[in-house]
Amino acid sequence: MDETVAEFFKRTILKIPMTEMMTILKAWDFLSEKQLQNVNFRQRKESLVQDLVLLCEKKRASVHDAALLDIVYTQFHRHRKVWDVFQMSKGPGEDIDLFDMEQFKSSFKKILQRALKNVMVSFRDAEENAVWIRIAWGTQYRKPNQYKPVYVVYYSQTPYAFTSSCPLRSNIPLLGQTFETYNSTTPLQEKSLELDIHMDSRIIHENRIEKERVQRVTQETFGDYSQPRLEFAQYKLETKFKSDFNGDILAERKEPLRCLIKFSSPHLLEALKSLAPAGIADAPLSPLLTCIPNKGMNYFKIKDK
Amino acid sequence: MSVLRPLDKQPGLNTATILLVGTEDALLQQLADAMLKEDCASELKIHLARSLPLPSDVNRPRIDLIMFVVNLHSKYSLQNVEESLRHVDATFFLGKVGFLAMGAGQESHCSIHRNTVTKLANTYRSPLFFCDLEREGFRATVAQRLVRMLQICAGHVPGVSALNLLSLLRSSENPAPEDL
Repeated sequence: MDETVAEFFKRTILKIPMTEMMTILKAWDFLSEKQLQNVNFRQRKESLVQDLVLLCEKKRASVHDAALLDIVYTQFHRHRKVWDVFQMSKGPGEDIDLFDMEQFKSSFKKILQRALKNVMVSFRDAEENAVWIRIAWGTQYRKPNQYKPVYVVYYSQTPYAFTSSCPLRSNIPLLGQTFETYNSTTPLQEKSLELDIHMDSRIIHENRIEKERVQRVTQETFGDYSQPRLEFAQYKLETKFKSDFNGDILAERKEPLRCLIKFSSPHLLEALKSLAPAGIADAPLSPLLTCIPNKGMNYFKIKDK
Repeated sequence: MSVLRPLDKQPGLNTATILLVGTEDALLQQLADAMLKEDCASELKIHLARSLPLPSDVNRPRIDLIMFVVNLHSKYSLQNVEESLRHVDATFFLGKVGFLAMGAGQESHCSIHRNTVTKLANTYRSPLFFCDLEREGFRATVAQRLVRMLQICAGHVPGVSALNLLSLLRSSENPAPEDL
């Protein structure tokens, strides 16, 4: 393996915190489970990195594999970067083309490579029709600098692209032009409600109408598309205790009870959206839960009226 | 209030129908698929319902066996089953009703104690199965048991009736409350 590539691997792996090492290496999906199992993850970081670089060498990893690892690392640490947003606008009279991801990637790469010498472009698909593009810039006489890449995240179903701050300001207009040249906007794909259509006629759903109602109510409340990513919601209750039993001691208290409820989840709003269809809760859900995106709040204080 | 009765309809030729009642629709669907994979001489029909009473305007076959499915992680599912039980005629409980409790494997997630469902099954004099329906192997096993039980309840096994089976099951698994 070329020395510069080995060094690139070493520096990229060194960046990864030990707690995330396994997760990121698995997401990278270049070293197999078996190979990872044979590595001692308890040793000092420097020795671990050496072992991993050796493994990569044995597997004949290229600079492109290293670039992919860099993308994975950045995806996990996206919040560390400052992102600029660009919105593409359609000129008047332009036709709507259908979007093809593979075509986009190959055109994007070709356009950049035609415009500049010594540029390396890597792609990694991500959730929600997004593609992460990593661009390492060189100059006419120098190979691409792998330590100052620019990231572009393009959500293909939207006119938005996000770029990480670019140390070489002059290249931003070029990126913009690359998108323009590709020139595509797509109509938003229609997402249909996922109602299970069971092929087997021996299985009959008695409550089909109720299921459809639940799906409809869920769709009306949450919409068709994926929810904004939220990790927790907190409700501070200062209300009097309400009880079904007469003569309950707690219900007789004059002062309100103080209570804190915190919901946390890797993707709270999607979890709430799936409650009724999964049969765990009734539809419609409490407005206290469903108002979160509308109000743009996730801290609530609830008092008796 | 429409109530399910076991013998209010003529049976279909060689047909055995089971009604699965529970809130966890996706898992009931998977259990139904597992049951249909079983080798069975009878023609199986599986009805899935969230709760009882069933919609009254539908033409459905005679129901031979009702299984109430409770998720031990969800008080809501137990409440749903308890309310649904009121819509079942007493004569159904002579061997044509069973309870299936899922989620016992993850004790930290259980908000219902095992004893609660055991008491419920004892109150209704019906067998209780525990099965983590999310695990394919367990699901296949319980599907097998349910198919055999369903065949007996439909009268397709000569010499064994639902009541016979119930007394056999009771003596080995669930002692009557008097015996406890």
